[in-house]
Amino acid sequence: MTTSFPLLTVITLLPLGAAIVTALIPKRRLELVKLVAVGGAVATAALCAYLAYDFATGTAAFQFQTNHLWISSFGISWHLGVDGISLFLVLLCGLLFPLSMVGPTIHGDQKSYLIWMLVLETGCIGSFLSLDLFLFFLFFELTLVPMYFIIAGWGYENRAYASTKFFLFTFAASAVMLVGMIALVLLHADANGGKVTFDLLALTSGNPIGYTASVLIFLSFALAFGVKVPLFPVHTWLPDAHTEAPTGGSVILAGVLLKLGTYGLVRFGIFLFPQAAKDWAPLLLVLAVIGMTYGALVATMQRDLKRLVAYSSVAHLGFIVLGLFALTSQGLSGGVLQMVNHGLSTGALFLLVGMIYERRHTRQISELNGLQRVAPWLAGIFTVVMMSSIGVPGLNGFVGEFLVLVGTFITHRWYAVVGATGVILAALYLLWAYQRVFHGEPTGDNVTMPDIGWRDRWVLVPLLAAIVFLGVYPKPVLDRVQPSVNAVLAHVHDVTGYHQPAVATAPPK
Amino acid sequence: MSAVLLAAATSNPPPPASPGPLQNPSAGSTGQLPTLHLPHVEYHFLLPFLILAGGALGLLLVSSLVRPTWRRGLYATWTATAGVAAAVWTWHLWGQVVGHGEVPHPGPVSAVAGALAVDGFSLFITITVCAGLVLGAVLAESYLPREDLDGPEYYVLAMLSASGAVLMGSANDLIIVFLGLEILSLPLYVLAAFHRHRARSGEAGMKYFVLGAFSSAFFLYGIAFVYGATGTTSLAGISTFLANHVLPSNAVLLAGVALLIVGLGFKVAAVPFQWWTPDVYQGAPTPATGFMAAVAKTAGFAALLRIMLSAFPSQAENWRPIIWVLAAVTMVVGSVIALVQNDVKRILAYSSIAHAGYILLGLEAATVTGTIAHDGLAGSSFYLIAYTFMIVGTFAVATVVGGDGDRRHRIEDYRGLGARRPVLALCFTVLLLSQAGIPFTTGFVAKFNEISEVIGREHAPDYVLGVIAMLAAAIGVAFYLRIVLAMYQSPVEDVPAPDGNGGGVAVLSRTRVGIPVSIAAVIGVSVAFTVAFGIYPDPLVHFAERATLLF
Repeated sequence: MTTSFPLLTVITLLPLGAAIVTALIPKRRLELVKLVAVGGAVATAALCAYLAYDFATGTAAFQFQTNHLWISSFGISWHLGVDGISLFLVLLCGLLFPLSMVGPTIHGDQKSYLIWMLVLETGCIGSFLSLDLFLFFLFFELTLVPMYFIIAGWGYENRAYASTKFFLFTFAASAVMLVGMIALVLLHADANGGKVTFDLLALTSGNPIGYTASVLIFLSFALAFGVKVPLFPVHTWLPDAHTEAPTGGSVILAGVLLKLGTYGLVRFGIFLFPQAAKDWAPLLLVLAVIGMTYGALVATMQRDLKRLVAYSSVAHLGFIVLGLFALTSQGLSGGVLQMVNHGLSTGALFLLVGMIYERRHTRQISELNGLQRVAPWLAGIFTVVMMSSIGVPGLNGFVGEFLVLVGTFITHRWYAVVGATGVILAALYLLWAYQRVFHGEPTGDNVTMPDIGWRDRWVLVPLLAAIVFLGVYPKPVLDRVQPSVNAVLAHVHDVTGYHQPAVATAPPK
Repeated sequence: MSAVLLAAATSNPPPPASPGPLQNPSAGSTGQLPTLHLPHVEYHFLLPFLILAGGALGLLLVSSLVRPTWRRGLYATWTATAGVAAAVWTWHLWGQVVGHGEVPHPGPVSAVAGALAVDGFSLFITITVCAGLVLGAVLAESYLPREDLDGPEYYVLAMLSASGAVLMGSANDLIIVFLGLEILSLPLYVLAAFHRHRARSGEAGMKYFVLGAFSSAFFLYGIAFVYGATGTTSLAGISTFLANHVLPSNAVLLAGVALLIVGLGFKVAAVPFQWWTPDVYQGAPTPATGFMAAVAKTAGFAALLRIMLSAFPSQAENWRPIIWVLAAVTMVVGSVIALVQNDVKRILAYSSIAHAGYILLGLEAATVTGTIAHDGLAGSSFYLIAYTFMIVGTFAVATVVGGDGDRRHRIEDYRGLGARRPVLALCFTVLLLSQAGIPFTTGFVAKFNEISEVIGREHAPDYVLGVIAMLAAAIGVAFYLRIVLAMYQSPVEDVPAPDGNGGGVAVLSRTRVGIPVSIAAVIGVSVAFTVAFGIYPDPLVHFAERATLLF
């Protein structure tokens, strides 16, 4: 499946190139700035679509690989590749970035905002496609800088605090990961004849490093990804960052950046340290379950609509981690699918909350009421997206949650039980919020709130289409995810001798 | 290379690259010759030093001869030319000593009767110092007339100081190190006090002088102890002596080593010897601060690395824990105190303290096996050259923003820079993020290099040190971001736009900062270097890796 055209390199670097070109255009030519920037993002999306089209189904191997030695002194390569796990996250990037660039109204310097968005897109896509640990780390860190500036430059009142907190939390955690990463590479080199390499595929083959070391390094990775996800005790940066970020920033933060954490847990946690991941899975499962319940409960109590959506992310991401560390085919597939689902539904929710804010200049639930009457389009779309987030059958959220619950039930029955409670809580906080905001008679300023226009509707259409499509016919996605997920599990099996119990033969206890 | 080479004495077999017959100076020079034995002076090895020192004296002469109308730009051009000439000659020597590419070459040698080492490391340091000198001189070109301080003296002092730094980098004898230290330091004291219109500058010079004199005394006392223990001041001689003799008690020797570390610790601003740094950095004229930060740190570390690895490799088990503690404390204290500063020059002073901690990591990780000091040395070398460009570029921006009177250095003074001077703000952002260690900059590669070398030792304390280093880096990000954030805030109180969605980069234009061409060039070169070798570090990494010590 190797083509001579370096598709992945182009997809990764195209947004960056567009950012550089945009930077060179004078600020007064705003139309041209927008054209180039959005054009770059759309072209990237088109290439992502082509990638999905050309992607071979039924194989677990990394496709479209590009491998060039980059920094020979450290054994670092420009090694990109895509498999079923990363494919849909890249597609998600391709979809969400153009939408978050054209969708929300940008207050302030539009040119810089678009440039940072494009740089961020390169960082995100690069992280998902990297098959070299160092390269991954570079892109992973690179995402912090534009996100920081987007929050700090275009956010709401408390943006300086929120952006710095966001940066410090993630940077400190990934700092520990870097130490673990270097230790892994050097120990692996010692165990395999001294050749230093950061290549993921090389690190997963060859003689393994010692068990204690692998556990410590796994935990250092888990810490970095856990902060990014965010898992329960280290989630505190997220509500602030989400609430203070501009709408587009929130969409990307929730839709894409958090997935870096969960993706990292699969690719650089479970795949790289099968034994350690298997042995420490209970820790992550417990944290995931706490995050689900806690996130949902706190979301119920929120007065700020955006903060509510932010806490719902904590709950949803806990659900994803639960699926991943169930270490079953269904759980992992569901987790991967749920990453995409959460990106779609929460991205759309943030866009909708942003639209409400643009019209009402408040996000306080208590100040909003009866919007259904004055803004039927908004309310209608909000309903669909909300149902998707709750996990109503027929929409995408259901498929993912169902798979996660099934997968978890096989190996960790009681976790699945608590997880199902989380689903109910999700219905509680979202429906209750919907009821307060949209039902009833509008009063005060709510009476004169305009409905969303055609531009906003068109921004939401692709998301709605994806939500419905994945809910009705998830097979194309699962067909591509499943082989890669099974390959990860096969790798875990090879290393640890761990077998996923079959559904039918799961012994009752 | 027909000269008779007095290569360094070593108990180990010479590296295969070493040429010719080796002669042990400690065996030959202790003979009782009635006549004064003059060493053969290899002037071509001394040429970089001579160019800089001679350039300083030449400038004094020329400047008093030329017409006043010609003087504009002459001094800086002269200084930069001297710096470039010294660097070019050093590059030529690099070809002889280390070799360009695969061309055969004679290898490292010692010169002037073993007093100087001409090896990859000394040449690397010379080039780094020259880079700092050239950038520092160009930086001062517009600053001095602006502050009504113009004259050749500044450049003369800078060149002299750089010549001292070069000497320190290549000294293979403790006495020569001391000589270089003094040639380096005395002009720096004057440079720190150079802004005669500001009391703070004089205070800085005084403080630097007093504490610097203390540190020199410590250093000298250390030399005396080491001499007492080993009977020689030659680094190679000390190493040979320690390899061949068992000391009944190494207390005197270790006291000497500790005093040497203290003396140089002052120079490189390692905690707990950092007290002078913030005051001096803040008070000194901003270009002088940049120059001092780059060159003094480079020279101090060059001497420290060479002394520890060349003379005392046998004592590594004794000094390594000291360096471990120094590095950890320096990184953490520098980063944490920088958090609570409100003056950008003070923040940068504490950040330079933190940088000293990272460079110490290289020394901590350096191991000497046989005749090769590996691992840590290359990391520290890389860090030094990356740091030189970063720090001079950073202070170049501070020079511009400081404005008339060199006063506007509070964080608030940087507010709105992003709107008024977007390119300048972007350059400053890149330089600060590089100092913070964000990927795709040399600062990141440098930190990565150091930390991977520490971890590469694969001892439990070294893992801990690696984690401490990364956490300190994370703290460091916070204070760099404070400056960056200020630049992209509006200059007056942050007024949110009517809809509450604040216009974070609202344009409220105040006085536009003027950027002279020369400073723009310095900033441009620094940023280009930082980004180019951040994205493709291989050439620079190889350059640093080949900067090995002579044994």
